[in-house]
Amino acid sequence: MFYREAGQFKTSYSADMAVFPIPQDRVGLGIILFVAAVIIPYFGSAFLIQAVMIPFLIFSLAAIGLNLLTGYTGLLSLGTGAFMGVGAYACYKLTTYFPNVNILVWVIASGFFSAAVGAVFGLPSLRIKGFYLAVATLAAQFFLSWCFIRQPWFYNYNASGAIEVPTRRLFDIPITGATATPTTRYLVVLGIVIVMTWLASNLVHGRIGRMWMAVRDMDLAAELIGIRLLPTKLLAFAVSSFYCGVAGALLVFLWYGGAEPAVFDVNLSFFILFMVIIGGLGSLTGSFFGAALIFILPIVMRYIPPKFGIPVQAATVEHIQYMVIGGLIILFLILEPSGLARLWQIGKQKLRVWPFPY
Amino acid sequence: MDLLYKIFFDPFVQMGAAPDLLVQTLWEGLVAGVLYALIALGFVLIFKASGVFNFAQGIMVVFAALTLVGLHERGVPAYIALGLTIVVMFGLAVAIERVMLRPLVNQPDIILFMATFGLTYFLIGFGQLVFGGESKVMIANQLGLPRGAYDIKMLGGFVSFQKIDIAAAVIASLMVAALAVFFQKTRIGRALRAVADSHKAALSVGISLEQIWIVVWFAAGLVALTTGIMWGARSEVSFALEVIALKALPVLILGGFTSIPGAIVGGVIIGVGEKIGEFYWGPLFGSGIETWLAYVIALIFLLFRPQGLFGERLIERI
Repeated sequence: MFYREAGQFKTSYSADMAVFPIPQDRVGLGIILFVAAVIIPYFGSAFLIQAVMIPFLIFSLAAIGLNLLTGYTGLLSLGTGAFMGVGAYACYKLTTYFPNVNILVWVIASGFFSAAVGAVFGLPSLRIKGFYLAVATLAAQFFLSWCFIRQPWFYNYNASGAIEVPTRRLFDIPITGATATPTTRYLVVLGIVIVMTWLASNLVHGRIGRMWMAVRDMDLAAELIGIRLLPTKLLAFAVSSFYCGVAGALLVFLWYGGAEPAVFDVNLSFFILFMVIIGGLGSLTGSFFGAALIFILPIVMRYIPPKFGIPVQAATVEHIQYMVIGGLIILFLILEPSGLARLWQIGKQKLRVWPFPY
Repeated sequence: MDLLYKIFFDPFVQMGAAPDLLVQTLWEGLVAGVLYALIALGFVLIFKASGVFNFAQGIMVVFAALTLVGLHERGVPAYIALGLTIVVMFGLAVAIERVMLRPLVNQPDIILFMATFGLTYFLIGFGQLVFGGESKVMIANQLGLPRGAYDIKMLGGFVSFQKIDIAAAVIASLMVAALAVFFQKTRIGRALRAVADSHKAALSVGISLEQIWIVVWFAAGLVALTTGIMWGARSEVSFALEVIALKALPVLILGGFTSIPGAIVGGVIIGVGEKIGEFYWGPLFGSGIETWLAYVIALIFLLFRPQGLFGERLIERI
């Protein structure tokens, strides 16, 4: 009804190529940002902020990272969990050695460590393609997981083998550690996610994004039109790992507050890959949708049956949860293989021509 | 210098000093390799015939073994339980084809790959719901599998060969031979290869894709059942077995996704390499290198042959 583009004339090329060409989209984005930055911190319960919103945003960031690699460049990676781990451990080591430097600097800096590691493990991508590459990235996953478990240097030789997050302050307000309130942590995460999403959006709409997409569509043809494959693919690995690394650092420092190496195992990689596929390959909005669905679904399923007074054992719930998630993944793939982002576009198109869809 | 000495010299001295231990390690590696090869075989069968990278092969192994043991626990005699499990695996193949594959025809590979992920999750939940999550003992004796070991005196020591391992190796070779004959000589086998070459061309000469897919998934189910029995007899039947699917992946890329002999050779290389590496070089790096050594071995091979040792050479055109 309100979603119309009739009467909106574009008078310049840049207006035509804008990311959000229709004012309604921009208003909608503004409303979403307002809700996220003002309404939720003020009116949301601690549970909503701590257990739903913070992890949702962090997983969205990781999903964006993987989407840059798998969705935009077409390189299937199963090492996301390990790259997130690199970010988390790099941040931990950095803040151990330099406790006085602002933690946000280290969160971002840890992304660069992750990017470097990602680029190294991306080297085989020039020769290896498709599922062979996916399995090759599993090498990164298992090797790095092994490092986090077996090399005591990574967790400062403490007895438990886990990392504990110390309290760090920003403008004298604790933002990590036990004393930080969920709301401050939420706002920090939100800020980082917004900035990095904006950067990612600029990246994929620019020259680099087009190079990635050319490689995805056909790397041989891309090479022929003058795109150098190795730098392009390595850049995709590096940027993707950068995002995953920051997400991993945020995961440990602003959500868990401490982590065992098992957090960053291969299941995390699969989890993020689900989000990307269900959300939509090659779509930043899709990453958010996918993260919301995959992360929030189990939470909903845990709380719904007791509400209806159905007594179920915890173990049974878990088993049924597995079945339902598995079933839903198959169902979504059958109904809309291009993911939730595609559904969103179809919905917008329907609104645009409503009520006369001819 | 000291480190180089430890890496390049010490292990070989150890090997020479205790040849019986070396033989024992080689044998262990060989057996592990055969079992990896069996799982990889399940992957290859499905990839060859439908281009689906079936991540659910690992959980199919667990599911088949669980069904067998679960039925036996409920009082079904061992051989009848075996028969019933085969029926269940056939039912699973039909269900997968009807519910999952048929609506997803012509989708990109990655979508089908994700669908098998969904299948994995579904089977984990379903198996636990029906048979419980606790680990079970494989009914190896009731199925007439041998127990005990031959201790053979050789090279100044004893080398022990578990009878069950020998049985596993024999059964695996029989299975591979049977599959090779099936693929090369029978009518359905030829149809399978035709489908593997091109879905469309196969359809146009009157091959039923549905039928082929059921056959292939059923064959993969049978391979899974065999693997489940063998692996379960060596340790126990539990969902932890699912991770062996991840162990089989390097075997797969080493041998090539489309090659049955590749799966076998790859399995043996990975199995032996892993055991030797862990035993002789593991202590240097703080043990546990088994988890990634297989992947690194496979990666090194891949750098020289990107399509695996026996995979079909990729020819790309614009």
